[in-house]
Amino acid sequence: MNKNEIVSTVSNAPLQLAIYTATGRLINKRKTATDSSVLPQYQDLRTAANALKRHTMDHLDHYLEQFEAQVAAHGGKVIYCQTGEAVADFVLKLAKERGAGLLVKSKSMTTEEVDLNERLEHHHLEAVETDLGEYILQLAHQRPYHIVAPALHMTRYDVADVFSKSLAVERETEPEKQTKIARSVLRQKFLDAGIGITGANFLVADSGAVVVVENEGNARLSSSAPRIHIAIAGIEKIIPRAADLAVFLKLLGRSATGQPLTVYTSFLSGPRREGEVDGPDEFFVVLLDNGRTKLLADAEKRESLYCIRCGACLNHCPVYRKIGGHNYPWVYSGPIGAIITPQFHGVQNDPALPFASSLCGACAEVCPVKIDIPKILLALRSEVIQTSGSKTRVERLAFRGFAWVMVHPKIFAWLGALGARFSPRPAGGAWIRKLPRLLAAPPLAKWLSQRDLPPPAEKSFRQLWKERKKS
Amino acid sequence: MAGTRVSIFVTCIVDQVFPQVGMAMTEVLERLGYTVDFPEGQTCCGQPAFNSGYREEARTVARHFLRVFADSEYIIVPAGSCCAMVSHHFADLFEEASPERRQLEALDGRVFEFSRFLAEVAHAQDVGAQFEGVVTYHDSCHALRELHIHSAPRMLLSHVRGLTLREMGAAQECCGFGGTFSIKFPEVSGGMARTKIDSIVETGAKTVVSIDSSCLMQLQGAISRAGLPIRTMHLAEVLASR
Amino acid sequence: MSREAILSSVRAALSRKSGQAVPPPPEWAVTAGDMPVAARIELFTARLEALNGKVRRAPSPQDAGAVVAEILGGKSAIASPAPYLETCGVRGMGGVIWGAADPEQWREACATVDFGVTSASYALADTGSLVTIAGPSETRLASLLPPVHVAVIPAEAILTGLDELFLKVPKPAEIASSMVLITGPSRTADIEQILVRGVHGPGEIYVVIVGE
Repeated sequence: MNKNEIVSTVSNAPLQLAIYTATGRLINKRKTATDSSVLPQYQDLRTAANALKRHTMDHLDHYLEQFEAQVAAHGGKVIYCQTGEAVADFVLKLAKERGAGLLVKSKSMTTEEVDLNERLEHHHLEAVETDLGEYILQLAHQRPYHIVAPALHMTRYDVADVFSKSLAVERETEPEKQTKIARSVLRQKFLDAGIGITGANFLVADSGAVVVVENEGNARLSSSAPRIHIAIAGIEKIIPRAADLAVFLKLLGRSATGQPLTVYTSFLSGPRREGEVDGPDEFFVVLLDNGRTKLLADAEKRESLYCIRCGACLNHCPVYRKIGGHNYPWVYSGPIGAIITPQFHGVQNDPALPFASSLCGACAEVCPVKIDIPKILLALRSEVIQTSGSKTRVERLAFRGFAWVMVHPKIFAWLGALGARFSPRPAGGAWIRKLPRLLAAPPLAKWLSQRDLPPPAEKSFRQLWKERKKS
Repeated sequence: MAGTRVSIFVTCIVDQVFPQVGMAMTEVLERLGYTVDFPEGQTCCGQPAFNSGYREEARTVARHFLRVFADSEYIIVPAGSCCAMVSHHFADLFEEASPERRQLEALDGRVFEFSRFLAEVAHAQDVGAQFEGVVTYHDSCHALRELHIHSAPRMLLSHVRGLTLREMGAAQECCGFGGTFSIKFPEVSGGMARTKIDSIVETGAKTVVSIDSSCLMQLQGAISRAGLPIRTMHLAEVLASR
Repeated sequence: MSREAILSSVRAALSRKSGQAVPPPPEWAVTAGDMPVAARIELFTARLEALNGKVRRAPSPQDAGAVVAEILGGKSAIASPAPYLETCGVRGMGGVIWGAADPEQWREACATVDFGVTSASYALADTGSLVTIAGPSETRLASLLPPVHVAVIPAEAILTGLDELFLKVPKPAEIASSMVLITGPSRTADIEQILVRGVHGPGEIYVVIVGE
């Protein structure tokens, strides 16, 4: 995490307003949609969702094999990929063999995770994002700001700039008209594309369906208009049965945008069948590892894989709402990003990340699958410290000192009295605004950069207690 | 009930910075007929080390806590955060089969945050307090989300003569303290405090009440920096007022 | 190979052996209560209208045909080759293309007309959703490419909600290559959270409920 970038985001008032307003709306929508008056079984659904995910992750090999067999039984093919490179290689080879130069893509965090577009472009394939937010970002060469609302940080005026510059259209600032512009450009892409790529929200093991939820219709188009449909998903997206979606679908839309169901929920399984009027000729499901099996091996933090990417933890995170999505080191931002990024990339890759939280727990409170995010953050912090070597030497020494003092109550009391005697004491009981340089140790200086500091009490509680007992 | 001995764990921050909170808590408990005991070996719950990733150091401090409070019938804490450290996180520090876990089990059901103790053990409503003015209540995160304390402090405030409770929109939003987070990410932490304060100001209340002194230190620090005519008070101080 | 590598890493991570038995997945309480058809219609209508969808009623299939004709207003349309639409007299209606020879031709037709007329296998009352299952009588694109979608359904097709749907269709993949739940018109809020309808799919949706 780049401290300067964080400070610049926090002090950018228009950006702060954009983030705060958008996340605030999403918070309110979720609150209304999960209220016990409209969804009395909300907490039971969360418990069921957690139990289903736990069960599936604990027996993942079984469900992967079942899913694979079912997809094959319906004429599709499952491709396992260990890395992002392997995903790109597969898509490239297929595009070359089938003579497809244009690919349409619907929103997928998994393909963001493996930089698929960049890899394809490198080989002169055109891969067009078709979700409106993702399309804007692709034209602006930015990565998603938010799991669910990728262009959450951009205003309509930013979008007008992007469209007029990249699409050679007249500057248009009305979202309704901007949407029309995108619709007409992308409609032609859908009809011309040789391959459609989607992500997957769920993979149904017992019957081999890929389930995609969306509002715009671009995932339906990507999976139904081109001759070939490729769904790319992490291996953790498996659920045992279609009926389990009665649990997950009730939670996903409500947690994400406050919708009881998103506009389109597609169950896609295999290519067009005998007697069907339309649909693709070929159907592939790419199952991606990319570090997930490493995470799976950690029983304590395995639940990080339960995530259904609703984005509620981002909206409710007071830190995300201040620093936004681009200050997180990877495509997954917010609390869920803070727990999965270190597990994919190693805790020392960005050791500050698990510490960028006040541990307020708002994320866990709204998580539809009950991931205990604060607990995982705490575990990651401990791992950071254990593997930090000499980088935390001073801090380590300080905490050793802290622990030693705290098991020696007399020394604790004596040190407190010492601090009380030498602390500056502004008149009239006011708090300290500034410390002489000699006393302004870095932690105190950082505290004072934002807030005033209370002087220690002239008499500690233990002193007062002693005096009280005497009298 | 009368004469029951209760031990108070005043926390390091109350001991050194806000001793009046400990005194107020003592006064209220005595008013209700309890005999208050202050085990003098007490220091800290170890949360600063635990939250910073120093589990070995946190274990050392936790063991000390368990020794000091081994004989206490009730342990009452004027802080949701420190209380949750003991009742929720100590268990994460020790192996299932360890002697510390046995000590911890012995503490089960005996460690209470102050307002919860008043509401659920003492069954107190009106503790004889009088406080003139409009106050707003800040839900501290660990009290709210780990201990699920929401109504007890509000119920107690509602029985204080002269007091009007006016809820703020962001009552359940974090104040931004977060222990070492406040100095590791000062601008973010400070920004969170200012957002919270905006919500406090909207209520028109001149007093913010909470059950965690660390949140109040963060809020009062930012309020003082902004020069606003608002003060923060611990619930115990309000309940001790006459 | 990647497949074996991934599956063996998964097994190693979980300390499981290949082919090791799996306990049944956890169960939860299904909420598919009894609801009279009239109440289902009422709930479905309220939910769909809240999403800016439009609901029309027709006492009989013949009346439904007239309602559809009125909605189309003589403009161009494509209709899924559904027997129920035939019963309603949509086949042969002026300006309506009925079915197509091949997928390519069908796609072109769907992309150029003003209206797509379909039926639906089910509807879900508590979300205002249509459930379309691909097959000889229903298609993927007729409800997707045209700017307006008109669906004609018998009142009995309205289920209470998702739980009841999965009791009826526990394995959608075994029936067809595509089952889609359609809940209102296509929409986005990607620019400043401002709601815009009709992004890639239809911006308007009509549901004609027949019977009751």
